Amino acid sequence: MSLFWTIWISVITLTVVIGCAVLLRMTSKNTTGVPEGEPMPHTFDGIQELNNPLPKWWVGLFWFTIVIAMIYSIAFPTYTANYNGLLNWTSSEQSVMNPEESAEAAKTSQSQYQREMNAADEKYGAVFKDLAYNESGAYKDLTLIAKDKEAVKVGQRLFLQNCAQCHGSDARGSKGFPNLADNDWLYGGDAETIKTTIMHGRNGVMPAWKDILGGDQAVKEVASYVLKLSGRRVNAIEAQAGGEKFALCAACHGPEGKGIPAMGAPNLTDKVWLYGGSRKAVEDSIANGRSGVMPAWSKILGEDKVHLIAAFVYSLSLEK
Amino acid sequence: MKHEFIEKNAGLLAILIIVAISFGGLAQITPLLFQKETTEPVDTLRPYTALEMEGRDIYIKEGCHTCHSQMIRPFRAETERYGHYSVAGEGVWEHPFLWGSKRTGPDLARVGQRYSDAWHEVHLINPRDVVPQSNMPGFPWLMDNVLTGEDTQRKLEIFRNNFGVPYTDEDIAGAKAAVEGKTEMQALIAYLQSLGHAFQ
Repeated sequence: MSLFWTIWISVITLTVVIGCAVLLRMTSKNTTGVPEGEPMPHTFDGIQELNNPLPKWWVGLFWFTIVIAMIYSIAFPTYTANYNGLLNWTSSEQSVMNPEESAEAAKTSQSQYQREMNAADEKYGAVFKDLAYNESGAYKDLTLIAKDKEAVKVGQRLFLQNCAQCHGSDARGSKGFPNLADNDWLYGGDAETIKTTIMHGRNGVMPAWKDILGGDQAVKEVASYVLKLSGRRVNAIEAQAGGEKFALCAACHGPEGKGIPAMGAPNLTDKVWLYGGSRKAVEDSIANGRSGVMPAWSKILGEDKVHLIAAFVYSLSLEK
Repeated sequence: MKHEFIEKNAGLLAILIIVAISFGGLAQITPLLFQKETTEPVDTLRPYTALEMEGRDIYIKEGCHTCHSQMIRPFRAETERYGHYSVAGEGVWEHPFLWGSKRTGPDLARVGQRYSDAWHEVHLINPRDVVPQSNMPGFPWLMDNVLTGEDTQRKLEIFRNNFGVPYTDEDIAGAKAAVEGKTEMQALIAYLQSLGHAFQ
């Protein structure tokens, strides 16, 4: 901030504070010529005004605020951006221009915000380290953490805060958002894979097949075949015709329709349906395609938190 | 000037009161209008695309800002939940700004990229489909309303010429085409997904 603005702020602030003091001093004197407690020489509708002085407690309080204002302006940042006051107080690093600068500033910052963060780190950091790290400072194995009740509880809190919006507070998902508690996995259910999914997100794309297959009838046939795969009773002729077209689908879902976890292509032979298992829903999936996006959380939450969430999610399938 | 004279002339009294209380604003607000922190964009800020700009107007039109703030304060309780606290340099291209001071729903300053587009769509049509305890109203008509893009170009021009937002000539020329035929839902989701990008 330039010198001009420092002078601007100082002059206005000091003028106002000193002005208040002068005004208070002036109005404390009796300049009316009427002795204290006597009526003033004017009446209004028969109402008289007595020349009473300002109450002592009120004047005292006014002086007190003026003194406090002066002390405050010395103790806290006031007249210039470079002056943080005797208490060296700032709310946060407001002048950072990008995330890297912010991370750099956080290392040495003494702002109120950073002190709050540091205090929390001191208090909870050790507890957290205990839950997520082993003695040598590496992450504990997720399968181990998943059996640690305390750690799973922390993971669950984080899940409820960040993941429940899509996957539900019971982790059972809803249409389009996978159930995480049924031990059925699109991208694989071992602990490290779950962590990878949370860290970097997933992008599941099923193309629209209606035009390529050649219209509604073909979609219906493929749907019949897919429903037959999961053991449903369907029109055999339709399913037969659909089966012949299934080669197109096999690229992702595998020749037997058992899915390919590396591509996130679901198993079509079980009874788990992400977008609904009704004939209409399956036909809709085939005709118009689907796209399921899991956001990447590494930047938003950081690996430490993701590690505990992964352990919690993994623990859900242990209970089965 | 006699006290009695001021007290008996209401107009003069009003003017003097305004002068007196304006000192606070002069000392506190005016310097901010000329400070680097509050007038320069942060390095990582990018302008809204044409579609996001339309989404922003829908956000305002539907009154989202009456329940959702876009201002993460520097408290641990907020940054743990929402992400990095907001800084002034993120808001220099916001006209009008949508910081807000009342939260009925959560803060949205960094909601971008936290949820998938599909989630936003389901949630905006009927929030209770994904968050059972939500008291947010549904906005199903966003799916039906289609943008014409008629004013989009003009909007970007105004932001470039009056507020110094660095739109290129191509941005402005392509504004209508980028928006035309898109639903309000698509525009609003595009806007929401862009929120907070500067510090993510």
